[in-house]
Amino acid sequence: MLLAALALLLLFVFPLWSITLTAPQYPHGVSMYIWINQITGDTEFTLQNINILNHYVGMKYIEPDSIPELTYFPYIVGAMTGLGLIASFARSRKVYLAWGIVLVILGGLGIYDFYLWEYDYGHNLSPTAPIKVPGMAYQPPLLGSKMLLNFKADSYPHWGGLFLALSIFGSFWAFLKGKKKNKAARSEAFRTTTTENHLQAS
Amino acid sequence: MKPRLLTSCLLFVVGLFIYSGCGNATNQGALNTSSAAEKVYVAPGEHDEFYAFLSGGFSGQLSVYGLPSARLLKIIPVFAVDGEKGYGFNEETKPMLNSSYGFIPWDDAHHPELSQTNGVPDGRYVFINGNNTPRVAKIDLSVFETTEIIEIPNSGGNHSSPFTTENSEYVVAGTRFSVPIPQEDVAIDSYKDNFKGALTFIGLDDEGHMDINFQVLVPGYDYDLAHSGKGKSHGWMFFTTYNTEESHTLKEVNASQNDKDFIAAVNWKKAEEYLAEGKAKDFPTSYLINRYDETTHTATSITRNSVKVLIPEECPGLIYYLPTPKSPHGVDVDPTGEYIVGNGKLSADLTVHSFDKMIAAIENESFEGEVDGIPILKFEDVVAGTVASGGLGPLHTEFDAEGNAYTTFFISSEVVKWKVGTWEVLDRAPCYYSVGHLMIPGGDSRQPWGKYLVAMNKITKDRYLPTGPEMNHSAQLFDISGDKMELLLDFPTVGEPHYAQGIAADVVKANSKKIYPINENEHPHVIRQEADARVVREGDVVRIYMTSIRSHFTPDNIEGIKVGDKVYIHLTNLEQDWDTPHGVSVLGANNAELLVMPGQTETLYWEPTKPGVYPFYCTDFCSALHQEMQGYIRVSGRGSNVELSWSVGE
Repeated sequence: MLLAALALLLLFVFPLWSITLTAPQYPHGVSMYIWINQITGDTEFTLQNINILNHYVGMKYIEPDSIPELTYFPYIVGAMTGLGLIASFARSRKVYLAWGIVLVILGGLGIYDFYLWEYDYGHNLSPTAPIKVPGMAYQPPLLGSKMLLNFKADSYPHWGGLFLALSIFGSFWAFLKGKKKNKAARSEAFRTTTTENHLQAS
Repeated sequence: MKPRLLTSCLLFVVGLFIYSGCGNATNQGALNTSSAAEKVYVAPGEHDEFYAFLSGGFSGQLSVYGLPSARLLKIIPVFAVDGEKGYGFNEETKPMLNSSYGFIPWDDAHHPELSQTNGVPDGRYVFINGNNTPRVAKIDLSVFETTEIIEIPNSGGNHSSPFTTENSEYVVAGTRFSVPIPQEDVAIDSYKDNFKGALTFIGLDDEGHMDINFQVLVPGYDYDLAHSGKGKSHGWMFFTTYNTEESHTLKEVNASQNDKDFIAAVNWKKAEEYLAEGKAKDFPTSYLINRYDETTHTATSITRNSVKVLIPEECPGLIYYLPTPKSPHGVDVDPTGEYIVGNGKLSADLTVHSFDKMIAAIENESFEGEVDGIPILKFEDVVAGTVASGGLGPLHTEFDAEGNAYTTFFISSEVVKWKVGTWEVLDRAPCYYSVGHLMIPGGDSRQPWGKYLVAMNKITKDRYLPTGPEMNHSAQLFDISGDKMELLLDFPTVGEPHYAQGIAADVVKANSKKIYPINENEHPHVIRQEADARVVREGDVVRIYMTSIRSHFTPDNIEGIKVGDKVYIHLTNLEQDWDTPHGVSVLGANNAELLVMPGQTETLYWEPTKPGVYPFYCTDFCSALHQEMQGYIRVSGRGSNVELSWSVGE
């Protein structure tokens, strides 16, 4: 459980998600990284370059300053880490489970929020866009690959996303393991404690 | 002497026959065309193994090729204006072509030379000499742009240049045409009394800036080519001479009379001692150093008014002459530094001197004479061997990593491979036609990469589809990895390559910049965002602060310009993506375009002469909306009261 809580801190070190655009003119791809507190690219200029490409089809400029989530997500993650640490000292299975469920809900909301932003960028197009393709929207996929005109967009979790998942699984595992441990504790009444169990408990 | 001269003349005549016979040759050269094709094939998207820098000769520029494919990668403008890149046309690069004679739009670019560390090309810079108005340029290989040009005073044809020492301590510039030093109005036939030569040593400071450390004043011969010592001969620089006859007219005859001319050996470490002792004299003169600053994107000229000169009579041990037959052209030092090859261009044989023997002769003070305080060593004391090649007209020699040397023969139109030390001829390959210079990657360094040899031919004739009387010169690529040289490929070159340098691509390509970071742009007229775009009038000077980004200029509508105004368009390219230059050109401007790299600022100067509305547009196809990247400038009559205004998207 302690590890589950600490894994969340890694969200400050690694991006949650990455979207990579590949086209014939961009053989090595252009990658954008979504963090809990910022949006970055391969270089400090990637966002500008993606915005230049996007403006042909009338997409809004991606400006991290205009995305409020990036300012309050860090507090949520910080708070969840704090709660997770407290929970790990509480040594209560139910608390582990509750924390895990809250994290799942928050993660789900985060993904839904991400989807809404993607939808907004992809559909809310300028009526004066130089290139208009009837029926075309430029929403990148939530997960997986999709062709957006000449660009192939690949959207996948990055290390941060994996650590978030690890954190959720960690809390559930602590819950399940706790269940076993309780069983073991019950059998302890009848038998002597084995070294193995002792090690497990620690 | 006489029979020898007669033999030379006879051989020369035979050579002319051989040479004229070449025009009718039907031999294509390559023996096994399908395997040759495989060896030069670099698949689409793949990179070449070597960069080759071929001088442009009378084009004044430097061409960059990939080897073995011989694909042309870039032409770097150096000594000649280049409308394609706006070089010498935009305000920022005009100072690069300044000289003490004013702005010079052209020169004859001869010998590229890579900077070296420990005797090995290090991929930082290429130097190249301007022969006509003596200058040396430095090209920075992180950007493949000319970033510095220094003028050489007291010189009259900067040919034995810009050869560098093992750690690029010095880049040299020896004069091919001796002149009065200092320049003065004298009778030409007073040559022997008044004309002198100068051997110039350009130093590089820690930031890579060039300046002249000293010159050595030498007799009025023609100083033709040079190469530095390496390894044990590090500290010495060798120059060939011809016209030791000191003739001033009909030199083709009068400068070809002496049986032997000299290779001058300059001990530059000794020169440094004399400089420290204050032995140098300050000669008043005037020369310019033009430096391009990568942060201001602007060149500025610095004027120097004197140069330090060492006079051999006052500096014993500074310079010696090694007698060498017969009007030697190239002087080439083998990778060990022991052998100094004199390519006697009017003879059949190559003369090879020994560095150890030269040092021994100097220690024994075994001299056969002296000219202006310069001891002449005895030929027999210094010669290590002679390569009796059977060819005619040796010009240049380069080396591979296996102890072999390769020499071009102009008259007999061939490359001859020989063994260093035994002087045995191992192989010969015909060239089409009349080869001048040759290049092996790293072939004049301590550690040649070998593998390929590029022969740069002076005569093209029937090698390609005809293009009228004027044709590009022709180069030929040989595989030299085996015992026999194998001709792989012909390729046309730009201008007239007089020399080339080759370097493993890996040494250079990782340092190649993709953009100029806009935050580091310190141009005096930079604007870093569209919001700062504006037009400012100060009297009749109008400055347009303009930006470009796909796919528009800001501003793109400008009014209030008047006939006779001095208009400066300062265009900053806001792009920060690789390979997104924007150009700009204005109808009727007596100027070239600007071609502005990402993050760079350049300035187009324009004096409108007639009222009207003038379109301007992006000249480099930048994007899907490139054709829309255009604007208008309204020019009103001199007395008009149209307000100065500017806008975009209104």
